[in-house]
Amino acid sequence: MSVPVQEIARHTISVVVDNEAGVLARVIGLFSGRGYNIDSLTVASVSEDAKTSRITVVTSGTPMVIEQIKAQLDRLVPVHVVADLTLEGPSVERELALVKVAGVGEHRVEALRLADAFRAHVVDSTNSSFVFELTGKSTKIDAFLNLMRELGLVEVARTGIVALARGKTGLES
Amino acid sequence: MTTAEPISGADIVLRSLVDLGVDVVFGYPGGAVLPLYDAIFQQNHIRHILVRHEQAALHAAEGYARSTGKPGVALVTSGPGATNAVTGLTDALLDSIPVVCLTGQVATHLIGNDAFQEADTVGITRPCTKHNYLVKDVANLAYVMHEAFYVATSGRPGPVVIDLPKDIQVAKAPYIRPSKAQHRSYRPQIKGDLASIKEAVDLLAKAKKPIIYIGGGIINSGPAASQLLRELVRLTGYPITSTLMGLGAFPSHDPHFLGMLGMHGTYEANLAMHGCDVMLCLGARFDDRVTGRVDAFSPHSKKIHVDIDRSSINKNVHVDIGIVGDAGHVIEDMIKIWKSKICKPDEKALKTWWKQIDEWRGRKCLAYAKRDDIIMPQYAIERLYALTKNKNPYITTEVGQHQMWAAQFFGFDKPNHWMTSGGLGTMGYGLPAAIGAQIAHPEALVIDIAGEASILMNIQELSTAVQHRLPVKVFILNNEYMGMVRQWQDLTYGGRYAESYTAALPDFVRLAEAFGASGLRVSNPADLDATIQEMMKIDGPVLVDCRVAKLENCFPMMPSGAAHNEMILSAEDAGLSPISDEGKALV
Ligand SMILES: Cc1ncc(C[n+]2csc(CCOP(=O)(O)OP(=O)(O)O)c2C)c(N)n1
Ligand SMILES: [Mg+2]
Repeated sequence: MSVPVQEIARHTISVVVDNEAGVLARVIGLFSGRGYNIDSLTVASVSEDAKTSRITVVTSGTPMVIEQIKAQLDRLVPVHVVADLTLEGPSVERELALVKVAGVGEHRVEALRLADAFRAHVVDSTNSSFVFELTGKSTKIDAFLNLMRELGLVEVARTGIVALARGKTGLES
Repeated sequence: MTTAEPISGADIVLRSLVDLGVDVVFGYPGGAVLPLYDAIFQQNHIRHILVRHEQAALHAAEGYARSTGKPGVALVTSGPGATNAVTGLTDALLDSIPVVCLTGQVATHLIGNDAFQEADTVGITRPCTKHNYLVKDVANLAYVMHEAFYVATSGRPGPVVIDLPKDIQVAKAPYIRPSKAQHRSYRPQIKGDLASIKEAVDLLAKAKKPIIYIGGGIINSGPAASQLLRELVRLTGYPITSTLMGLGAFPSHDPHFLGMLGMHGTYEANLAMHGCDVMLCLGARFDDRVTGRVDAFSPHSKKIHVDIDRSSINKNVHVDIGIVGDAGHVIEDMIKIWKSKICKPDEKALKTWWKQIDEWRGRKCLAYAKRDDIIMPQYAIERLYALTKNKNPYITTEVGQHQMWAAQFFGFDKPNHWMTSGGLGTMGYGLPAAIGAQIAHPEALVIDIAGEASILMNIQELSTAVQHRLPVKVFILNNEYMGMVRQWQDLTYGGRYAESYTAALPDFVRLAEAFGASGLRVSNPADLDATIQEMMKIDGPVLVDCRVAKLENCFPMMPSGAAHNEMILSAEDAGLSPISDEGKALV
């Protein structure tokens, strides 16, 4: 058959865009309009002159779909660069989470001990709660949250993934 | 034309249009564009064509663009003006037609307040334009105007919206004509990758059962591409087929041409696609109307795909060689390489292949039963073609069976003479598109081949034609049914004709006359020629109510969910192969 069976894989894609109104809507609209997955999406202005922003989007699909996603992103007028960090050599990925845990006594001590083991910082505390700040791979954050669930997890805010290719060159160089 | 002294945003728009070579705008006024209309009133470089519905302004701009290769321009007001334009914009997006649409918007300080006639135009049109702009500073206006035209016309063309708040039309700034600097981020690829083109030529030269499959990309590339395509076909001797959008890019009467392919394509074209060993796709996009069931599409071929839009490659069908570039440029390189390598087609294999194709041709898949008591719709198109072809007419269509019969039975030998809503299938397209084409070619014969249901969707444009003295001809194949809907109900729904009969049709002759146009009616085959001649003789818009066989279906047909080798050739065939439930779920 002409369409080979293709496995679904997760890809992290970096997109450098003009920092103008509506760009994020274009990107998100493209994903929803064409039925692509967004597992995580982050965006912030990154250039010194604030003219460009960088979007990191984590998506999943067959190789054909991933190719489509990249080609469709590249077609948007305000998009400068599209890079598939998953395909183009090694990269580092990080996510930041703020995790609120409430409890007293044994639970509180245990939460603090585990936070220390995960290198989470305490950024807020009362005598019955903590807010921890934790960065790392998403799997590490997942693991931490699983532990905290038993120790009084109240709520969590995660940034989604940001990522860069390893090595000395940048996307636009 | 740069000005040092500040001029109004409305004047900046008009100066930009003049500098961009625009001479006509199709539009409809309203509160949010009054400053623009006042500026139009006070100049005479740009002609304004008042339409009767904003959808028609867009289709007219499309007709203008498709018949000239230049961008079409529309101007509409905010709110309902902009929302009425959405169908036309989507139509232009799906058919890759360069159109720039200026929309009025409420003043910037009112945006977001649910002001009178406010709509989120950039939000609404984002998914149905190639790009859109909201101008919030008059200082950027000239730049946006020029960039919008560049985006609309370059690469894969498409519609662009510029939303212009009313205060921006009034505010002043100097008009500085932007220099043609490279765009910051948008850079369409025109030249194809040479290594891939070489590889493609090698594959082509070795083919035993080749097919060339072309689409609208050849037309969009410009007339030179059509010439180059002829040379490629002459050089190789390979058979060629075209999508609905590509008709005219290659002469329909050349013996290499197998006719249109796809859902209502010819038997020989579809079977050649199915059986080929090398497929060269030039400026087409493997649309579902062309491929039929994707997993059974041309199963034994190596595929080469040339497209200016990288996202078209490997979207629906996996190809072996993808070449991003303008079809014309890539064909030119292919010809050069073919010649420099002194490639020779495999004559022996080719002869066998042509013999096979001629056998398929022998089935005469477009044959129909002629009658002398009723006009058969196919016959009407055949006669229309025979009697008008020496005038090189521009043909537009509405959507339905008549559209497919026009594609099958009207011969197109030149690009830019055939305009039909391919991707979106928009009923109501044909009349305004004909108006746009007629504006561009005032002396030419322009005919909208219509259905009686479709024509009612933009019939008000007869008034536009009368006002601007546009002698467009509307040739209605009146079968009293939404024939294409009825045909699917025949094939898929046990002949239960739910809502596909149009009761209470108007008297089209008197309708035409009410608009100040002429109306003709014909129902006897013996009178058909005289009626067509009469239509051409009348110097003004004419509506022809051509009464045709009511229950005729359009064949061949590849039903939805079927493959190229599972075509229905006739009504008798249709009974034998009921459509699967999967097929029923497809449009
Ligand atoms: C705006 C719009 N609405 C609905 C349809 C669905 N549709 C496709 S063909 C058709 C019937 C067209 O009837 P007519 O214009 O009489 O053409 P015929 O098929 O009879 O030649 C309809 C309703 C469409 N294509 N466009
Ligand atoms: Mg009809």
